[in-house]
Amino acid sequence: MSSPTAPLEARKVRPHGPLVISIENVTKLYQMGEETIHALRGVSLSIHRNEYLAIMGPSGSGKSTLMNMLGCLDTPTSGRYEFNGENVAAMVDDELAAIRNREIGFVFQTFNLLARSDALRNVELPLIYAGLPPHERAERARAALDSVGLGARIHHKPNELSGGQRQRVAIARALVNRPSIILADEPTGNLDSKTGVEIMALFEDLYEKGNTLIVVTHEESIARHARRIVRLHDGLIESDGPVD
Amino acid sequence: MDRLVYEFTEAVRIAMAQIRANKMRSLLTALGVVIGIVAVTLMGTAINGINVGFNRSLAILGDDMLYIEKWPWHGVEDWWDYANRPPFRIQDADSLNKIFQRSPNTLLDVAVPSAQRQSTLKSNVNQVSGVFTIGTTDAYARTVSVEYQSGRFFNESESRAGSQVCIVGIDVADKLFPGRSPIGESVKIEGNPFRVIGVLARQGSFLGLFSLDTQVIIPINAFKKFFDVHDGQVTIRVKAKDKLHLLDAQEELIGAMRRVRGQLPGEPENFSVEQQQAFKATLDPIKSGIAFAGLFVTGLSLFVGAIGIMNITFVSVRERTKEIGTRKALGARRATILLQFLIEAVSICCVGGVFGLLLTVGISFMLKAAMPSFPLEFSAGLIVISIVVSVATGVVSGFVPALGASRLDPVVALRYE
Repeated sequence: MSSPTAPLEARKVRPHGPLVISIENVTKLYQMGEETIHALRGVSLSIHRNEYLAIMGPSGSGKSTLMNMLGCLDTPTSGRYEFNGENVAAMVDDELAAIRNREIGFVFQTFNLLARSDALRNVELPLIYAGLPPHERAERARAALDSVGLGARIHHKPNELSGGQRQRVAIARALVNRPSIILADEPTGNLDSKTGVEIMALFEDLYEKGNTLIVVTHEESIARHARRIVRLHDGLIESDGPVD
Repeated sequence: MDRLVYEFTEAVRIAMAQIRANKMRSLLTALGVVIGIVAVTLMGTAINGINVGFNRSLAILGDDMLYIEKWPWHGVEDWWDYANRPPFRIQDADSLNKIFQRSPNTLLDVAVPSAQRQSTLKSNVNQVSGVFTIGTTDAYARTVSVEYQSGRFFNESESRAGSQVCIVGIDVADKLFPGRSPIGESVKIEGNPFRVIGVLARQGSFLGLFSLDTQVIIPINAFKKFFDVHDGQVTIRVKAKDKLHLLDAQEELIGAMRRVRGQLPGEPENFSVEQQQAFKATLDPIKSGIAFAGLFVTGLSLFVGAIGIMNITFVSVRERTKEIGTRKALGARRATILLQFLIEAVSICCVGGVFGLLLTVGISFMLKAAMPSFPLEFSAGLIVISIVVSVATGVVSGFVPALGASRLDPVVALRYE
């Protein structure tokens, strides 16, 4: 397993798998009172299985909008978006919910765990929406918590866990449905640097195991853990290439 | 299908956790529903009680009985037309009975006159005032379905002779002769001595208006001796042979009474023949009016409770906007979120409903103990109704906020702080 402190040349870019996300000339407009905001002005992007991608950009660059789009939380105003060959752009709310449940694991900056539910319950949540029976849910949630090193704390409530442990629960929750992509929004933003490093090491581990990771961040040091960096500026992709 | 079950159990679990976490708030909100449910179910028990009492009272009237009265039992518009009707005489009943005997296929069994007044009764220890005093003949016993606590009714010879004997209601007996049998004892009705020969078993009250257990029955010839039998006090009750032909019997009786009165053909009757159906027809609209008004007013308090639920659901949705966003991101569909908040609203309502129901049971038992004559009748149906009403209140009041929650844009909801 490579560590985040390992020299960059030691980390090789793995050969790409099949195409997961295909975005072509996508735009997004918001109406803010009288003003129309062009959050995305024509973005094209392809992401393959087992890529480790960072999306960077200053605030107002369209970074969040692109992330919401990739996470199927939002649909483009124009352009094409296919997820595993399915046309996301034309989907309605519940279809988007289904694809999020099946294909996307979310990791949020603020963890977004349910305060009154223990770790196991939190991790089980996507499986409830997937319609899995209770015993199978518990089994898979346990395994997911094990894989992030929290096997001993499955019955702890979020307020009984440290920040890093909470984010691990959130990562376990993102993994539990075996999604096509894991979408992390500033995953270390609410953590101290040491814990942040640990979380990034966990991501590295997930990548090694074949997961597809997309990390949205404004921190260069976090982005450099990825293998490919997409930089946005004013609603357009400024650069897209491997980490040098 | 499975998914729906899992989402449902999850929603119930979350709703319970939510109520536990916000005990005070949930309790106060539920209180609104408690008050509403108590009001509605108490009104329900009262209406039920009125109904049961009404039917019981009607049964006392007898479903094979016809009543000849000066005043009809339905409301009258032209009061003077009725006021000038001639009074009944005691011998009218005899005349009717003679007509019945001469008609071979008569549907009518026997006519019984009765005169009424309020009297004060005294024994050598106690006195009771306001006792409903009936003067009648021995045939009266055939027209009522009462049982005797002890003793008997007066017989034909006592009736003819106007013997000073009486049959008393159980409450009168208990008051005048506490702790001992009144049979053979002497009682003074407005100062006139009578001997008790029978005690009626407990009958309850008529429409909760007056007790049938504070009455005294004496031969009408004795009644005549001591009291005025003036205008309007004498009525005649007639027993039909077959309750299935009561309407035909009613027609026959009208004819017979016209003969007694010597009325000419074409002349309108100067009396009314009534039966319990007519009474029921008069009282039914009143009854449903009371029920409607009562339920409407108490329904308002439930409505206030429902507004409380709606408010708290709005608050809950607002507080948990981010959670809704998270759930949506993790794959919750609109229906899932809708269901969750509906179940939360319904749960609070059900908590209120159960407490309210228990309170109602308690209150109605206490009322029954304190005021036995108060018409309250608790029924299993009320449990079902109050549960249904609670659930419906929850669904109705929770729907708008829950729908709002289900339609939240996940992007906006996730950003909400």
